[in-house]
Amino acid sequence: MTGKTRENYNENYLNYVKTQDPPTKHLKNCASAFGVGGLICCIGQFIRYMLQYAGLTGDELAGSTSVILIFLGCLLTGFGVYDRIGRYAGAGSIVPITGFANSVTSPAIEFKTEGWIYGMAAKMFTVAGAIIVFGVFSGVIVGLIYFFI
Amino acid sequence: MKKGNTIFFKNPPRILSHAAICGSKETEGILGKYADVTLEDDMYGESTYEKAECKMLSAAISLAIKKSRLGESGIDVLLSGDLLNQIISASFAARDFTFPFLGLYSACSTMSESILLGSALVDGGYVKTAVCATGSHFASAERQYRYPLELGCTRPPQAQWTVTGAGGLVLGSGQKGVKVVNGTMGTVCDYGVTDVNNMGAAMAPAAAKTIVSHFVDTGTAPEDYDLILTGDLGALGSRILKDLTWEKGYDVSSRHVDCGEIVYKVIESEFQGGSGAGCSATVLNAYVLTKMDAGLYKRVLFAATGALLSTVSSGQGESIPCISHAVQLEV
Repeated sequence: MTGKTRENYNENYLNYVKTQDPPTKHLKNCASAFGVGGLICCIGQFIRYMLQYAGLTGDELAGSTSVILIFLGCLLTGFGVYDRIGRYAGAGSIVPITGFANSVTSPAIEFKTEGWIYGMAAKMFTVAGAIIVFGVFSGVIVGLIYFFI
Repeated sequence: MKKGNTIFFKNPPRILSHAAICGSKETEGILGKYADVTLEDDMYGESTYEKAECKMLSAAISLAIKKSRLGESGIDVLLSGDLLNQIISASFAARDFTFPFLGLYSACSTMSESILLGSALVDGGYVKTAVCATGSHFASAERQYRYPLELGCTRPPQAQWTVTGAGGLVLGSGQKGVKVVNGTMGTVCDYGVTDVNNMGAAMAPAAAKTIVSHFVDTGTAPEDYDLILTGDLGALGSRILKDLTWEKGYDVSSRHVDCGEIVYKVIESEFQGGSGAGCSATVLNAYVLTKMDAGLYKRVLFAATGALLSTVSSGQGESIPCISHAVQLEV
């Protein structure tokens, strides 16, 4: 067998590297994620109220709100603004639906240079594919649990 | 002559000319004043970032040739490589020229490897002149190794920023120019770092090993050099390098400078500093060699470092093997 295995790693060095690692600023990251994430949710709620005021109800209301947020996410990605927000906000801008829109749009823009079919369309879900797979999977599990209890 | 891993050149080849091109972000740093061409637009007038990288490399090569006043017919061979898969930038740039091309891959240490090999060819008398060049582009490296540019994700504090730039130099014999006295070939070194965002920690042992074996083979000490220049260890990797060499009995702290650490004006959004093949290439060709020509530095040990990983190997959980080649430059 060739190469490195867990057994012949230089443990001393790896432990030493850990002591040298610059710390992740958890508190600051949490605060900015909370702020920006909350702001995105507030905008969503504001859109919802406006649509409700315009006379939409039920599924139509929820659907239209999501569509508008997704559109805004895509638009900001296209303008090159969303990645800047994301760098600052972290999970705050990844978790809301706008983050999902960003994860689909950004590879689409990036791989457009390799053609419309094999580039943009095929690579569009390189990031979002994982979210969809595990999103659907956990949805099924939760659905089953809900069905049996 | 060879001693240990170090090759000593009988008639040290000289660096006849050097040229560098750097991107808009790099222009704000120390390179701005010294680079031959600074880009306002990182696309360099092309439709894709890969094409832009290729054009930068090609432009750096032609600029270096132009400055050497040799003309294309005076060049015997081109030694070049880059970070992209199948070294497309280097081979595509070589299309623009009529002289032979030898493609190299040594990740971010391509600059020192090409100088080492080029000097061996020139000193051996096999070629009269050789061009050594390499480059990298932030956007193309980001796409190949990490995420799409517009994806809104955060970078960990250990992360580095790939330098947009290219550098090239012409080696030959003559009376003027910086001499390449000897070169130490690196060994691949892997201490088991698997974090692809922590290249500094992965590469520092390789750099330390090469630098220490250079001191042993040549019988020199860190004080004998004006500058010990590493490629792209970043702030964190540089700290580790100092510790590792100190452990072996060599204190490099007063002489050591890392290209990645100095290339950007403010290391904030770039965290640990610059990285990429273009990092050491631009800093060496634009800044260090200009200063050496002016006589500010007399003796420099240039040890670029490279992480020999691919997205496949890191996806399969492999650790990161690294390498560093060193060349000793003297006025």
